[in-house]
Amino acid sequence: MVGGGGVGGGGLLENANPLIYQRSGERPVTAGEEDEQVPDSIDAREIFDLIRSINDPEHPLTLEELNVVEQVRVQVSDPESTVAVAFTPTIPHCSMATLIGLSIKVKLLRSLPQRFKMDVHITPGTHASEHAVNKQLADKERVAAALENTHLLEVVNQCLSARP
Amino acid sequence: MKDSLVLLGRVPAHPDSRCWFLAWNPAGTLLASCGGDRRIRIWGTEGDSWICKSVLSEGHQRTVRKVAWSPCGNYLASASFDATTCIWKKNQDDFECVTTLEGHENEVKSVAWAPSGNLLATCSRDKSVWVWEVDEEDEYECVSVLNSHTQDVKHVVWHPSQEVRVSEAVPGGRDDWVCCRLASCSDDRRSKWGKKVNVATRGGSDPSWKCICTLSGFHSRTIYDIAWCQLTGALATACGDDAIRVFQEDPNSDPQQPTFSLTAHLHQAHSQDVNCVAWNPKEPGLLASCSDDGEVAFWKYQRPEGL
Repeated sequence: MVGGGGVGGGGLLENANPLIYQRSGERPVTAGEEDEQVPDSIDAREIFDLIRSINDPEHPLTLEELNVVEQVRVQVSDPESTVAVAFTPTIPHCSMATLIGLSIKVKLLRSLPQRFKMDVHITPGTHASEHAVNKQLADKERVAAALENTHLLEVVNQCLSARP
Repeated sequence: MKDSLVLLGRVPAHPDSRCWFLAWNPAGTLLASCGGDRRIRIWGTEGDSWICKSVLSEGHQRTVRKVAWSPCGNYLASASFDATTCIWKKNQDDFECVTTLEGHENEVKSVAWAPSGNLLATCSRDKSVWVWEVDEEDEYECVSVLNSHTQDVKHVVWHPSQEVRVSEAVPGGRDDWVCCRLASCSDDRRSKWGKKVNVATRGGSDPSWKCICTLSGFHSRTIYDIAWCQLTGALATACGDDAIRVFQEDPNSDPQQPTFSLTAHLHQAHSQDVNCVAWNPKEPGLLASCSDDGEVAFWKYQRPEGL
């Protein structure tokens, strides 16, 4: 599913000097959230908190620090059980776009209740192969097959693991 | 409208996994299911309940994506993400893997027997369709490799005797020989109603298929499967919005420009995506469905009165 190019150290980086963005603070805790009697619905901030710490495949930075994911590009409807995440590759020819999208998808699959329908796609107009990458990410047959590939799963798990 | 589709039973066919596909044997007595747990299960009735008659577990290393019964009902072919296709021979209640077909570069996505039972077609993410010939000694030989596709080939079916076929909207998805139907990925992201079902026909001397009816505006997510009941003419769809829908052609509609009505719509047929719907070939209105939740459900469909 992820074509060509090495992952991680060694070779030349595609985008050697990415812009680094400030991380957002922790979510402010409101009185309603501390009240055990009030059900907390899943909102955009909660989804963003799940995906912002995902590691970039080639930089020692998170997707939030590279502005690949932003809270404003998360759409969620708890009553309708839908989540849509748009992510923005740092450069339009980034060969890691599919891997990044897959990592976001896997993180959501592992974290959210199974009733949720999720769509992960590239922010329109920000990648040369936007259509092809979106098609692969939306094809659950391809995603299922990719996750049976032990090497690829290892790479995804590295992106999802907490940084030391 | 809801009463037109009644639940008969539900079984956890592939627990902790997803169930991808279902196939009834030609006699309509057995249902084969396959899934992400790399297993195939054979279901039959005992009294009023559905029970697992056999588990076929020693064939594949990865997800079993589809299964197909031979026209005689004595063989079952299974297509797997491990790039192989297994042929299972039925012996009473037992199934034995008699051969494994290798050759595809990666995931085999679909398998289908020709009506004669002498030819088998397989298709793969490697963009090719392979045709295999079978002899009396259960020996399989690849007789043709078709490379006319530019993308992964999701589904393969042989031309049946019927003139009307159904296909899902797949951009660029067409084939001029064995594939008259390509399933899945009907995901037009530009509009919610980009998910549609096309009914196409092919007439007389004109070899090209012509779309005679489009059912759009019904499905809000990807349509994963579609099944035409040969006994009742009902058309069922399996959708990523967890629903099963049944359509029927309106009485008195023009065969050249038919119109269809939604006659059953079960919103929460399963708790997750519905991957497959399969009509029993002998018992009118008996429908099986399966889902990402790993379950198989059995339904009785009755056309609502007054339609």
